[in-house]
Amino acid sequence: MAFLSFLISGISLGSIYAIIALGYTMVYGIAKMLNFAHGDVIMVGAYICFYATSRFQLPPLVGILLAVVVCTILGIVIERLAYKPLRAAPVLAVLITAIGMSYFLQNAALLLWSSNPKVFPPVVPTGKISLFGGQLTISYVTVVAILCCIVIMLALTWFTSKTKMGKAMRACSEDKGASQLMGINVNGTISLTFAIGSGLAAIAGVLLCSAYPTLVPTTGAMPGIKAFTAAVFGGIGSIPGAFVGGILLGIIEIFAKAYISTQLSDPIVFAVLIIVLLVRPAGLLGKQIREKV
Amino acid sequence: MKKFLAMVLALAMVLAIGSAAFADDAFKLGGTGPLTGGAAIYGNAAKNGAEIAAEEINALGGIQIELKYEDDTHDAEKAINAYNTLKDWGMQISLGSVTSKPCEATSAETFEDRIFALTPSASSVAVVEGKDNMFQMCFTDPNQGSLSAQYIVDKGLASKVAVIWKNDDVYSKGIYETFMAKAAELGLEVVSDTTFNDGNATDFSVQIADAQSNSAELVFLPMYYDAASLILTQAAKIGYAPKYFGVDGMDGILSLEGFDTALAEGVILLTPFNADSADEKTASFVAKYQEKFGEIPNQFAADGYDCVYAYYQALTNANATPDMDAAALCDLMIQQFTSMTFNGLTGNNVTWDTAGAVSKSPKGMVIQNGAYVGLD
Repeated sequence: MAFLSFLISGISLGSIYAIIALGYTMVYGIAKMLNFAHGDVIMVGAYICFYATSRFQLPPLVGILLAVVVCTILGIVIERLAYKPLRAAPVLAVLITAIGMSYFLQNAALLLWSSNPKVFPPVVPTGKISLFGGQLTISYVTVVAILCCIVIMLALTWFTSKTKMGKAMRACSEDKGASQLMGINVNGTISLTFAIGSGLAAIAGVLLCSAYPTLVPTTGAMPGIKAFTAAVFGGIGSIPGAFVGGILLGIIEIFAKAYISTQLSDPIVFAVLIIVLLVRPAGLLGKQIREKV
Repeated sequence: MKKFLAMVLALAMVLAIGSAAFADDAFKLGGTGPLTGGAAIYGNAAKNGAEIAAEEINALGGIQIELKYEDDTHDAEKAINAYNTLKDWGMQISLGSVTSKPCEATSAETFEDRIFALTPSASSVAVVEGKDNMFQMCFTDPNQGSLSAQYIVDKGLASKVAVIWKNDDVYSKGIYETFMAKAAELGLEVVSDTTFNDGNATDFSVQIADAQSNSAELVFLPMYYDAASLILTQAAKIGYAPKYFGVDGMDGILSLEGFDTALAEGVILLTPFNADSADEKTASFVAKYQEKFGEIPNQFAADGYDCVYAYYQALTNANATPDMDAAALCDLMIQQFTSMTFNGLTGNNVTWDTAGAVSKSPKGMVIQNGAYVGLD
């Protein structure tokens, strides 16, 4: 029974990683850049929802919608101001800019909302499903997070493979120059990718803080890095990979804590990551692409 | 136009000389602390407390103190830069750094440069170890750990305890180690011993399950309140309700915005400062602090306040004058601090040993109906 309850804890944690990882992988898959500010957009989303629901007493659903709208706009603005001017620059320059943007968002949040931790009000109904006479419990947040993950995953897969905009995105990810020649608005497509990724970040932020309710300006940083790891683990760029990677990372983390040592859980998680990448360099569900030399 | 510019420059020079003249009759007291960043709540509290004390002292008209805080964002490297800025400014006596890691870095510098330092709240042993001119206003971590174990046994709070600690934090680890040593000595049984770190400070289900399955009656939480609030929330979710025992880092949990204080009901903590105390000095400090900064001061603010007053007492006793250089003041201060007895907000009959560690008695507090209530 203890095993099952740890498994459920692992899935709960993993579902949060997965939902953050979806945003990472989406942006990487299309724009081919690691948006390290993603974790901080999550934090902004959580703060917006916090202020909407606890200060202005708006209903949770309005809070979430507001967070999605603000984050989407923020995502587009960040892309316009910080990443677009670097479209032709080396990958490394964009990466460093993303890290800078991450610091900027954290410190702006400190100025705006101060460093005092805030406790996030439950947006998802607090409660749990009891199984086996109460020996096992699954909280609603976990169920909602997993459902959200699956819905988002299916929607993104459908969007990128079936719609015109989605096809344009995939074309851009293959070859920007050729797409432009075919009449695709590359800049617009990349902006759209950021908009979607940031909107997802808002949902992830709300779920992250519903599950683990302490909100500070650095709330998104560490889960962001873990989720990035999960995305790499599952195969960065692959949408189902982010989901699988996130869930597995959560389970491995909890099991390592429960059965090996709470002190060594992080080293174990990353050791597993290294082993997986040694065996499958593109990640679990990543596409193996042979480079022509 | 040129004439105007010349006049402005001349005026600026006069002003510069004027302010320099002022600085000459005041002791330059500098400190670093996290004024921004994740630990900013501590740095700002200590700085605000110290500011109030400096204003009060300056208003008395005797010794004048010019206080300057530089931001170190709880980062050792930035703390060195901040310290160097203060040295360029002409700092004569120092308030060290507010948090332990940066203070370990700056204390090495103050020791080299022979600048006396008294930190309000950097509590790790490494801060004072081997440095004759580095003193603490707060308890050292080991002190807190052994006092906590002693307190649990003396009051018969529990016979089986669980400890959850943060293994990438010198503060938490220091308390944990001495708690364990003292617990073994007193025959207090530690049935569950689990950790977390910065990277996984969100999910505590495993640690809580471990404490619960080993039937711990009390959970000892040597950590800051942000992580502790998550543990309290998650334990309540699975219906586990042991007694909780915290240390000074737990101070502040009640002012956490949005936190359901019912979760902290019955949490016991050892802390040297109680903002609800009826004591006259404390009440006046709390009122001033609230008026000026709009919040209730925590222990760090009280420590900052006490540091400046301890300096005031030591400087007065030693007949020190602001024209003395840092090294001369350093010798005088070492002499004073190892011999004087200080009464402040965080304790009466406070003394220091030659190692720089403070001796004062902690107060046991319990949280009842959303407020701290003294236990003894």
